[in-house]
Amino acid sequence: MGLWRRSGHPFSRSPLASASGWFTEYLLSTDGIVPALAEGERLNRIGIFMISNQSTDLLFEMSHSGRRCHLTPACDVPMREAKSLLPADAVADAPPALPEIGEIDLIRHYMNLSKRNMSIDTNFYPLGSCTMKYNPKRHERLSNLPGMANLHPLQSDESCQGMLAMLWSMQNILGEIAGLEAVSLQPAAGAHGELAALLVAEAYFRDRKEHARKRVLIPDSAHGTNPASAAIAGFDTVSIKSGTNGLVDLADLKSKIDDRTAVFMITNPNTIGLFESQIGEITKMIHDAGGLVYLDGANMNAIVGVTRPGDFGADMMHYNVHKTFTGPHGAGGPGSGPIAVRGMLAPYLPTPNVVKDGETYRLDYNQPKTIGRVRSFFGNVGILLRGYCYIRTLGPKGLRSMTENAVLNANYLLALVKDTLDVPHGDRCMHEFVASASKLKRAKRISAMEIAKRLLDFGYHAPTVYFPLVVPEALMIEPTETESKETLDAFAATLLKIVAEDAEFLQKAPHTLSISRPNDAKAFKEPVLRWKA
Amino acid sequence: MPYILNTEADRKAMLEKIGAASVSELFTTIPQPFQLNRALNVPESLCEMELQQHIIELARRNASADDAVCFLGGGSYDHFIPSVVDVVASRSEFYTAYTPYQAEASQGSLQAFFEYQTLIAQITGLDVSNASLYEGGSAVAESVLMAISINLDRSKVVIAESVHPEYRLTLSTYLANLNKQIVTVPTPGGAIDPAELAKVVDDQTLCVIVQHPNFFGNLEAVDAVSSLCKAKGALFVSSIDAISLGILKRPGQYGADIAVGEGQCLGTAMQFGGPYLGLMACRDEFVRKIPGRIVGQTTDRNGKRCWVLTLQTREQHIRREKATSNICTNQGLFALRASVYLAALGPQGLRETANLCLQKAHYLADELCKIPGVSLKFKQPFFKEFTVQVPGDAPALLAKLLKAGYHGGLALGRWYATLGNCVTIAVTEKRTRAELDGFVAAFRASV
Ligand SMILES: Cc1ncc(COP(=O)(O)O)c(C=O)c1O
Repeated sequence: MGLWRRSGHPFSRSPLASASGWFTEYLLSTDGIVPALAEGERLNRIGIFMISNQSTDLLFEMSHSGRRCHLTPACDVPMREAKSLLPADAVADAPPALPEIGEIDLIRHYMNLSKRNMSIDTNFYPLGSCTMKYNPKRHERLSNLPGMANLHPLQSDESCQGMLAMLWSMQNILGEIAGLEAVSLQPAAGAHGELAALLVAEAYFRDRKEHARKRVLIPDSAHGTNPASAAIAGFDTVSIKSGTNGLVDLADLKSKIDDRTAVFMITNPNTIGLFESQIGEITKMIHDAGGLVYLDGANMNAIVGVTRPGDFGADMMHYNVHKTFTGPHGAGGPGSGPIAVRGMLAPYLPTPNVVKDGETYRLDYNQPKTIGRVRSFFGNVGILLRGYCYIRTLGPKGLRSMTENAVLNANYLLALVKDTLDVPHGDRCMHEFVASASKLKRAKRISAMEIAKRLLDFGYHAPTVYFPLVVPEALMIEPTETESKETLDAFAATLLKIVAEDAEFLQKAPHTLSISRPNDAKAFKEPVLRWKA
Repeated sequence: MPYILNTEADRKAMLEKIGAASVSELFTTIPQPFQLNRALNVPESLCEMELQQHIIELARRNASADDAVCFLGGGSYDHFIPSVVDVVASRSEFYTAYTPYQAEASQGSLQAFFEYQTLIAQITGLDVSNASLYEGGSAVAESVLMAISINLDRSKVVIAESVHPEYRLTLSTYLANLNKQIVTVPTPGGAIDPAELAKVVDDQTLCVIVQHPNFFGNLEAVDAVSSLCKAKGALFVSSIDAISLGILKRPGQYGADIAVGEGQCLGTAMQFGGPYLGLMACRDEFVRKIPGRIVGQTTDRNGKRCWVLTLQTREQHIRREKATSNICTNQGLFALRASVYLAALGPQGLRETANLCLQKAHYLADELCKIPGVSLKFKQPFFKEFTVQVPGDAPALLAKLLKAGYHGGLALGRWYATLGNCVTIAVTEKRTRAELDGFVAAFRASV
């Protein structure tokens, strides 16, 4: 039995007839719906689709003893009792109690579930800091070629020259875009890259016997992974204030730099979407004190081809290939977080790296000062390959155009929404901007959450909300370069419509999705983290 | 320029609205000395057809597992992937979504991850799984960070030498600056000797990490490890091969506190090492220390069952430097693949798959050992991988086998100085009798 049925399916109860349901509320808010239309037709008119009542059953609730999807071949070698090959006490009496499901039911289950997701391919997804740009389809075809996808990570170098050539080229390309000499493709995501690079910094200072350098300075607008990575790498963290202009407060930074400073981690453009224009002074201050500058490269989409971290003084950085170079995000991952560093830090990078001897590529493990590994195997190669495809498709001009259009789109959207929503840090931004619902909240009890949830009703994924922490009621909006002017116009018009709506109505949004306002407190207090029979 | 929709006319209208004279005006906050003012030195652009030709050309220079029969393992395996897995994972609504921050717009992924957590709990016999970590090696490291936060006053991490060498390297990288001691217990017999282990596990030991089946393919004495851990108050971390759990006892049954592992075997292609899937499950009592995202069940404002990201006060975006881990982006798509895989196999399919691996590995081991000079290196029970000693140099033998059309196995000398003449060979359910017999013949001709 599915939940729809258990708790009452709104459509099967014909909520159109009921005056109290969400649907009536939706009708109130929507122009031009003709009540006389047949139910299904009306649903389609307002963009509600055909409903499948299977989709909320859990796999385990669908299980039927004896059903199967995948069949295995007969054993073509002489079969022996498992217990004659293995110690009796190592063998389980029965296999795990997995669900038993036929193929069509399995497929319908997931297809129906998929309809409960927003995604780039179905919706505008302006999730700030996440760079939700289009994921080109050619990347999927090419990365699934057997000659790329079915390579074992430990096969001999001679048997994967094409793969190594691609990875070698990617090392060089990412080094060129960074303006830094050496690259490691190993880290699995941005946070993993942060950790790897901070471990590199630690090893560098240890090698130089600068044992007092145990502090990492981090602006208060930084992403949570920055301090979390610093802690695992063994550093103490020191928070640096942002000024009212949204940029690093230089006086505060200055007062916290000393001979314990190891690394200053900066996101540039920062999480407010502003380029830290004092970056030259900042990096000089850190370097003069003997520290290193780390660039959180989550926002590279704003600067690729326009400026290079190495040129503005960063000594190390990570990329989020799944953002800037459009690795599909898979509803949570995979990512890929290569790091680039200055030459003096190269000896400490994780191994292996790809080197080219004449016309031959090989993996080089021989780096005596390496920090070691941050994972098994080479890296998130499938995402590196997609990133490579993006870069090869764009070329030098295209990369610059990517950046320019990302920034143009963001500034255009900012110009469109600034009269609707307060944008505290000015009329210009880089690839994203942060609006604030503070004033609306005070005046009309409309918070960032209300706007986010109501946007879903109109088929838009919400912006990032309540981050960065330094902007109250933050809505962080990043359109990316792959969206059109019409999409941005329509989105801005929707925002305008929403802020004119009634607060009470908004507090119950979304009104048209399968669920609305889950009880997070309950999930936290009485955790149900798995299905139980 | 593909993917960009703004036309010249659009750009003009947009700049007008912005109040800027040109696009370059939007970049004036970047100080002039730092502007690149030249084109990036990267290759010129390719259209789709050219790109495809280029990538096909690269792919031709690789011998994939389809070109040469694959007996390589060590955490990445050539298992069969049912087509339903690819179909579900190539659904745009899953693979082009972000982390499910907006629960209402992400119930599909959230429910799929809740199911994943349940499936992983089922195969491990433990209470709770997270929604994925990066991969097997960092999952081991994360389990130790977790153990550190549970056994705060203890300082020693004990790990068997039979754990994947790259997992051990990863662990030492993660712990480099955390003032903990790592003690590696030698396994000259190819598996832990419980008496040797007992000598190093004491009341300072925060956890013991064992891989079962281990890097050589052998089973470990997990019951003995478990009792020892219980006696000393150390956490027992077991690194698993998920396929083996079709036959072998589950970590929860033999007393492990935390199970970790590489989930690539559950429906993900080998892809030269990633992206893969870090598995982690634990007992209920440790759930507030587990790293990474977790999905929980709750109800919405109308009382309807639904799913959300929960227990987020463990995580970096709230706890910052005090978080249980720094992980943010995880491996959601591969958690989805693993779920579809496990649901497609079901209990019988998983058992049969495990049994085919077991049978074929033992058949191959027996046949190879008939070759003069070739013998099993260890007298230990094994599952789908085994280690043989060969006459002469293992890498030279493997090079010959590659010429004959086989990725013949892993030469262990690279990781174990004393095992220079040893090869670990992995056999999945995909290997046919004909492939196995052909391999034996090639092996015989090459030694
Ligand atoms: C500014 C910033 N830094 C770091 C990260 C961490 O990157 P990842 O999620 O790839 O680990 C993110 C992404 O979520 C981010 O937005």
